[in-house]
Amino acid sequence: MTAALLTLADSRLPAGGHTHSGGVEQAIAAGVVHDPATLSAFLRRRLHTSGAVAAGLAAAACGADPTTLVRLDQEADARTPSPALRAASRQQGRGLVRVGRRAWPSPAWDDLPERPHHALALGVAAHAGGLLPRDAAAAAAYLSVSGPATAAQRLLAMDPLAVAALTARLAAEIDAVAAVDGVPAAADPLLDLLAEVHAARKDRFFAS
Amino acid sequence: MPPDHNVDDYVDAPAPHRHGGPLRVGLGGPVGSGKTALAAALCRTLGAEYDLAVVTNDIYTTEDADFLRRNAVLPDDRIEAVQTGCCPHTAIRDDITANLDAVELLESRHPGLELVLVESGGDNLTASFSYGLVDVQVFVVDVAGGDKVPRKGGPGVTAADLLVVNKTDLAPLVGADLGVMRRDADAVRGGRPTLLVSLREDPTAAAVADWVREQVRVRGAAGADTTRA
Ligand SMILES: Nc1nc2c(ncn2[C@@H]2O[C@H](COP(=O)(O)OP(=O)(O)O)[C@@H](O)[C@H]2O)c(=O)[nH]1
Ligand SMILES: [Mg+2]
Repeated sequence: MTAALLTLADSRLPAGGHTHSGGVEQAIAAGVVHDPATLSAFLRRRLHTSGAVAAGLAAAACGADPTTLVRLDQEADARTPSPALRAASRQQGRGLVRVGRRAWPSPAWDDLPERPHHALALGVAAHAGGLLPRDAAAAAAYLSVSGPATAAQRLLAMDPLAVAALTARLAAEIDAVAAVDGVPAAADPLLDLLAEVHAARKDRFFAS
Repeated sequence: MPPDHNVDDYVDAPAPHRHGGPLRVGLGGPVGSGKTALAAALCRTLGAEYDLAVVTNDIYTTEDADFLRRNAVLPDDRIEAVQTGCCPHTAIRDDITANLDAVELLESRHPGLELVLVESGGDNLTASFSYGLVDVQVFVVDVAGGDKVPRKGGPGVTAADLLVVNKTDLAPLVGADLGVMRRDADAVRGGRPTLLVSLREDPTAAAVADWVREQVRVRGAAGADTTRA
């Protein structure tokens, strides 16, 4: 069980996550993130908003029937006002479905809508891998932090030890977010705006 | 050499690789060696023969894609640029998701597609494509990098299905000995082909185009008639 969860949350799982910065590329461009302290603040902000939503959706999608999955996909849209973030989520969902089908074959994959939101794909991957809803939520909450942390490290040439340390220090908060009940509707207009500005740029390293 | 860079893994990579759909040809090699120039040349020379498209992995901008568009070697809807998250090497070798998405998008847009050229973002001599992404790969180095490059080896030089040593026109200017490059390449490539070319002098890349034609022939023209139900 634990090994399946580690595999799912491993940044080396080839699901395309490394091409997304979770908004941090634009946050850096806007001057919002520039050092370990501001990165930590950004990660916490993201964790408690889109991270919490993703955790709730992933848990709900784990073991859900096809009708529920369609409804959850709509709920994800409703909680993601930025078209750029919707597209980024669906792009990552598609990547996870591609590798997930190979890694954890299961009829559950066929229940997902076409190009599902990433959190739904996480829920189904967890289910297919023999994991529980709370594991799916843990993976979603952790990934909402680990992706942008790595991206910031690359973009700012930050000390990887400092980034690892500040990510590790968020462990308790990540666990608390993963224990979420239901699907929260936490929003962050700043992240939405950054994503929209970012999507319009031509000179960017990351897809989102 | 770190454990995940074992040369044997590359040297003994079993051929032939073949995915369904269009033949996917990787164009790798260091920045500035002539990958985009080669992609443009192949589009010009083979564009009328095959239904083809290009995926570019620019490091930062859409420079390469824009070059191909500007030079009108291919219509816009046949060029897809991929963002590589500061890691061009990862995007073609370790996590090829974004590139697979781009290939699939081009395939869905052009159902008769026969050939897809995937240009890497440009890296160092250790950069190579995963065979999960491409069917065959070309590694492009240039003479201006010095005639020691083939001797230095690396998976691109030793194991690519075709090694292209470009910019032979510059050999006298940089004091590079083409004979040495040819001999060193042959010594490390275990019989795999090497072409010395100048895309400046031959903008059609005739010799490389011939090699690509042969690949399409040998590995099965991937058009609608052969691989699609
Ligand atoms: N002299 C010379 N220059 C070349 C040749 N092929 C390409 N170039 C130039 O080398 C530069 C880099 O080429 P490009 O195709 O952009 O390299 P890439 O970074 O590998 O895609 C450009 O200025 C090209 O015009 C060649 O055969 N001879
Ligand atoms: Mg180029």
